[in-house]
Amino acid sequence: MSDPFTRVGHVSEEPLIHARGLVKRFGEFTAVDGIDVDVQRGEAFGFLGPNGAGKSSTMRMVGCVSPPTAGLLRILGKDPRHDGPAIRARLGVCPQLDNLDLELAVRENLTTYARFFGIPRKVARRRAEELLDFVQLAERADSKVEPLSGGMKRRLTIARALINEPEIVLLDEPTTGLDPQARHLVWERLFRLKQQGVTLVLTTHYMDEAEQLCDRLVVMDGGKIVAEGSPQALIERYSTREVVELRFHAEAQDVFADKLAGMGQRIEVLPDRILLYVADGDDAVAELQRRALHPASVLVRRSSLEDVFLHLTGRTLVD
Amino acid sequence: MAPTLSVLEYHLAGYRRTWRASALSSFVLPLLTMLGFGVGVGAYVTGGVDGVPYLDWMVPGLIASTAVQVAMGDSSWPVLGNFAWMKIYYGQAAAPLRVSDILDGHLAFVVFRTVSSCGAFLVIATAFGTMHSWWALATLPVAALLGLAVAAPTFAYSATITSDSYLAILFRVGMIPMSLFSGVFFPVESLPSPLRWIAYVLPLWHGVDLSRAATLGVPPAWSVTGHVLYLAAWAAAGWLLAYRQFVRRLVV
Repeated sequence: MSDPFTRVGHVSEEPLIHARGLVKRFGEFTAVDGIDVDVQRGEAFGFLGPNGAGKSSTMRMVGCVSPPTAGLLRILGKDPRHDGPAIRARLGVCPQLDNLDLELAVRENLTTYARFFGIPRKVARRRAEELLDFVQLAERADSKVEPLSGGMKRRLTIARALINEPEIVLLDEPTTGLDPQARHLVWERLFRLKQQGVTLVLTTHYMDEAEQLCDRLVVMDGGKIVAEGSPQALIERYSTREVVELRFHAEAQDVFADKLAGMGQRIEVLPDRILLYVADGDDAVAELQRRALHPASVLVRRSSLEDVFLHLTGRTLVD
Repeated sequence: MAPTLSVLEYHLAGYRRTWRASALSSFVLPLLTMLGFGVGVGAYVTGGVDGVPYLDWMVPGLIASTAVQVAMGDSSWPVLGNFAWMKIYYGQAAAPLRVSDILDGHLAFVVFRTVSSCGAFLVIATAFGTMHSWWALATLPVAALLGLAVAAPTFAYSATITSDSYLAILFRVGMIPMSLFSGVFFPVESLPSPLRWIAYVLPLWHGVDLSRAATLGVPPAWSVTGHVLYLAAWAAAGWLLAYRQFVRRLVV
């Protein structure tokens, strides 16, 4: 006889999102090519990748609006193929493009959406007030959506995604197209949600966003996962602790590049600068002095997720 | 049922902001047509039609024609816009609604718009003394069925196209000929046989014949059951096509 308590314990440890060999094809085109993902309760998990990497297709499958072509996908322990509405009732979705009703007032966008979840009108009104406070839009509650700025619309979309007190919030490029102030406000609100224990799943191609918000992330490229780990672990594994950026006068760059041989773990020559991947930036600068090299500018910086990302997915522009 | 009603509730919330403008345009046009044709042309048709004054004969046709215009208008640009511009349907699909809830809730709103526009027109036409029977009230359920028979296939069409220039085609080759050849302004028997078939095949004439029988208190040209079943067939076929297209757009 199996011990009932063990089974309960086992169930509660099941990841909120569990995918094995998940595939999405559109005709001949394979958008997602057999990925394995587990997201645990309370985690902030990121899908990082260039355009066309398969991030949004993955998010749509997780959001139960796009049936997987092949593979296993379980959300909140349920099968999206059969339990779509029941799963979606417990998700909050902030899509890449806002799909707010521009004609309705800010508050009405929340209260009408709440009704789709079967939330009673009174509760919907109360939650709308709380959420508008949370995203700092309380003063605009009665204004139409149309004249709001991009950042305000985005915050309203996030508030709408929270109307059903979801267990998982899916955010597809939450800050794309926002100005720096608006981005920081969105990040700060998302960080607050994370502190409250809400599981966040987001896609982004902003490295600072991934570093700030994600406990763990996967880097996707061409529909596959090419790396997985915490931001720090990825930096340690795929980059060096520090990066020295050297700029030379344009015509002299190639000449200098040869003279840097043997410095650092890796040297990358870009059209406008040379990157030295090193453990200690100051040591590298001292070595430059010893070799009598005098670049036009020297910048020592901490290695970032961007270095990992570009290393893994390449510098070729994908549109 | 509750999920579908929540979608209807959403559309009504939007309508609360715009109803004055849209209600006005939904029955100012038929009112002008009634005055222009009914009173103006009616002065020349001195013998009346089928033994009643021309105005009285034409008004029930206009009520049915109003149902078609409102149903088609509200199923065209708004549906296209909810896919292409505002992407409202995609937001709804992310909530725990099924595709049929999204479709039915919006269709219910269009039927509401159709019936309320026809109801307003009915009140005004009654004030002009054109109603001959209490059966006139039956024009409202007829308007609902006719509205659905036109709205459902229009939903399917609007969910298929990607540019609103195709909507202009629908109105020019669909609605205008239908309004002209469906016995609204003159009996279909005046048409040569091939053109008469346009009236028989398209939904409007069936609604016109039923509405006219109701307001004049006379039996319709066809059997009531035949009309109702034929309109229901348009509604059902249109719904199936619309549902297939909604699934194709929303579940990808």
